[in-house]
Amino acid sequence: MSVDQLSTVFGALADPTRRAILARLAEGDLAVRDLAAPFPMSQPAISRHLKVLEGAGLISRSRRATARLSHLEAEPLREATTWLARYQAYWDERFDQLDELLAQLQRRPQPGAASTRTKAKKAKKARKKEGRTQR
Amino acid sequence: MSKTTITAPAGVPFVDMEREFVAPAALVHRAYLEPELVTQWLGPRKYEMVLDKWDARAGGQYRYVHRNADGEFAFHGVFHSMDMDNMVQTFEFEGVPGHVSLDQLVIEDLGGGRSRIRSHSVFQSVADRDAMVEAGMGDGVEDGYNRLDELLEKLGAPVGASR
Repeated sequence: MSVDQLSTVFGALADPTRRAILARLAEGDLAVRDLAAPFPMSQPAISRHLKVLEGAGLISRSRRATARLSHLEAEPLREATTWLARYQAYWDERFDQLDELLAQLQRRPQPGAASTRTKAKKAKKARKKEGRTQR
Repeated sequence: MSKTTITAPAGVPFVDMEREFVAPAALVHRAYLEPELVTQWLGPRKYEMVLDKWDARAGGQYRYVHRNADGEFAFHGVFHSMDMDNMVQTFEFEGVPGHVSLDQLVIEDLGGGRSRIRSHSVFQSVADRDAMVEAGMGDGVEDGYNRLDELLEKLGAPVGASR
């Protein structure tokens, strides 16, 4: 599985309703109306979730008589547990934190809440700078 | 959807990563250089991040520990260059001593307040890459991954039986 596909699988799994749908399908194939029954949402809303799961290869759908049955595909889930998936999750979390930090730094270019150590360092740097300009 | 692109080609001991940020390159560079900033992002959310050493200059050393009630994971290495267009360091997970990767990171300014980092890691062997990466991850993975674990556990028996 490529990293792009892996991202699609993780994206599909990021939603609690979709995880609940997968858990129900683990017990057997179901039609949309049966899948929708326990959720406080409409069949079209459930259908949209099924489309996402199908796009990620996590389920397949087949027509039996008038009902369209959803079937759990386990392989993408297995592959999502490889070391590469772990690596991706590990770095995604860190870079998301870096994202937040960078946004924060840009909102407040002169952080007033800096630690005393940072302030002391800054003061030292400022003194050094002054020294240089004087020379 | 993940914003980080990771490539790990089969048969060669490399891992490449790419990620864009909404910040100028100089600011991203600072986030890698200044210990006060590094502690704010380089640790998993559920762990305490202890920055033992972070001497971000050529020849300087670093060491950090991720710690929680279940245990700790420590990493250390040496910085060889900290220039924005060629940040080079060695990286070693103390749980697997003697297995060291060489990491290069480049920060590019894309203009308009955006930048991109690209990293290239070279491991001692393909087996080392896979094993070390997995060992180094420990439990320090994001919530989403833990939730996936729970789901897999829940799915485990029926899925195994149906396939």
